[in-house]
Amino acid sequence: MDFLRPASWEEALAAKAEHPTAVPIAGGTDVMVEINFDHRRPEYLLDLNRIELLRAWEVGEETVRLGASVSYTQIMENLRAELPGLALASHTVASPQIRNRGGVGGNLGTASPAGDAHPALLAAGAEVEVESVRGSRLIPIDAFYTGVKRNAMAPDELIKTVHIKKADGPQQYSKVGTRNAMVIAVCAFGLALHPETRTVRTGIGSAAPTPVRAKAAEEFLNAALDEGGFWESGRIITPSIAKQFAELASASCNPIDDVRGTAKYRRHAVGIMARRTLGWTWEQYRGTGRSLEGAA
Amino acid sequence: MRVNFTVNGRKQEADDVWEGESLLYVLRERMGLPGSKNACEQGECGSCTVRLDGVPVCSCLVAAGQVEGREVVTVEGLADYAKHREDAHPGGGCASGACGTSIDAAQRWQAKPVDGQTGEAGALSPIQQAFIDAGAVQCGFCTPGLLVAADELLERNASPSDQDIREALSGNLCRCTGYEKILDAVRLAAARQEEAV
Ligand SMILES: Cc1cc2nc3c(=O)[nH]c(=O)nc-3n(C[C@H](O)[C@H](O)[C@H](O)COP(=O)(O)OP(=O)(O)OC[C@H]3O[C@@H](n4cnc5c(N)ncnc54)[C@H](O)[C@@H]3O)c2cc1C
Ligand code: FES
Ligand code: FES
Repeated sequence: MDFLRPASWEEALAAKAEHPTAVPIAGGTDVMVEINFDHRRPEYLLDLNRIELLRAWEVGEETVRLGASVSYTQIMENLRAELPGLALASHTVASPQIRNRGGVGGNLGTASPAGDAHPALLAAGAEVEVESVRGSRLIPIDAFYTGVKRNAMAPDELIKTVHIKKADGPQQYSKVGTRNAMVIAVCAFGLALHPETRTVRTGIGSAAPTPVRAKAAEEFLNAALDEGGFWESGRIITPSIAKQFAELASASCNPIDDVRGTAKYRRHAVGIMARRTLGWTWEQYRGTGRSLEGAA
Repeated sequence: MRVNFTVNGRKQEADDVWEGESLLYVLRERMGLPGSKNACEQGECGSCTVRLDGVPVCSCLVAAGQVEGREVVTVEGLADYAKHREDAHPGGGCASGACGTSIDAAQRWQAKPVDGQTGEAGALSPIQQAFIDAGAVQCGFCTPGLLVAADELLERNASPSDQDIREALSGNLCRCTGYEKILDAVRLAAARQEEAV
């Protein structure tokens, strides 16, 4: 095994071009587990810790450009107002020690259906900026997850930044697990209200081969809120609309039975989380509202 | 490969490090510092917790090569680290190489609680003394990681709520104590810290 320690982004891209099988290591909270347990013996480890730009973020007019290695702790502490859904999701990851090391770049690299960043990114709206010596491209988050633990990156590419839409309304994140810390999601649900476009976006975790949006549920809800003039009036969403939204969210799952839960349970729980997160965010929207910070 | 980094304030060098090796392995097997414990090697238990550039991390999940040029504090250096913090950086911490514990001293480090007869203080940090006084140590396997995590909490938050303590220690598992005495110990250390100010 070789340990590559590029000092700059350009060096990292060159190293990845020369050794496309090299495994990037950022926080190491996925990679080191695999190495410690002999599940992976890469020929090259490509350490990204020295690359400053991966640890920086920039808050722009419309988006936050989040460096791939910004830790979950940093997101929770610094980007709660701009990225409330992702900050809430970050807070549910593992433990302080893991959140101090792990970040969104690694979550996207692993692309586990249970990764907590994914539902939040899907709900907020995001693009993943990947780069290689051949150039850079923006992959829409909807097109990023291509299969179980598979993503749309080419072997010579690295994730540079994630461009995430700044919140223009309340966002929530809900996760089912056996305790409050150190749990991989049985299933999870992220929801973001976008009052500017009068749309609602969602993200489902751990209930399909990849993280997915509940598209049919979103379409139904967007039409129902529009027809009923809910955005203008700020009226309470009627129980029948909430119920149908929940049923459609549940129907957009394609879960499996595994050690953490059954497919049936996951479908059920996703429906409940869809209804609850809609209720929470809508209350925030109606209330003094427009408070963009997520409640922990 | 060779890795150079600062351990408990002193520059160290480790040779013949395998590229996939963890920081935990280097500390325990190459530097003779077995204070950080190896229980799960997958980030679940926190018994390997150390500070990396001041930040608590699971040393089993840090690749040795990633610590090149960086600062690590282990439980063996905690007493000196806390002492130095109190003397030189009240209210903060210091991960600089200017102060620290020699590797010999760290290797020989032993818990010496306050002597009940003479009242003489041994080489313990306040959090270590509080763990002993509160009866928070049973088998002791989880203790080093908890000490490092709890000490960092009290450095950043002088009067933590119970919720703050639970959250800060949520990555550290203990199979023996049921956690109540551990919470007592952190409360005790916090109270003593406040009295001292
Ligand atoms: C005890 C424990 C509990 C956990 N709990 C959770 C949890 O609750 N929720 C959750 O979502 N995850 C959890 N995880 C998984 C892990 O912490 C996350 O997936 C984390 O986001 C990984 O980030 P990292 O920087 O540590 O990634 P690494 O381990 O460094 O890398 C992960 C993958 O991404 C690739 N990669 C990293 N950076 C880049 C880049 N810039 N470009 C291209 N590829 C890259 C790596 O090659 C690797 O394939 C847990 C892990 C542990 C050990
Ligand atoms: S040994 Fe590192 S967390 Fe358990
Ligand atoms: S005292 Fe035995 S594991 Fe905590």
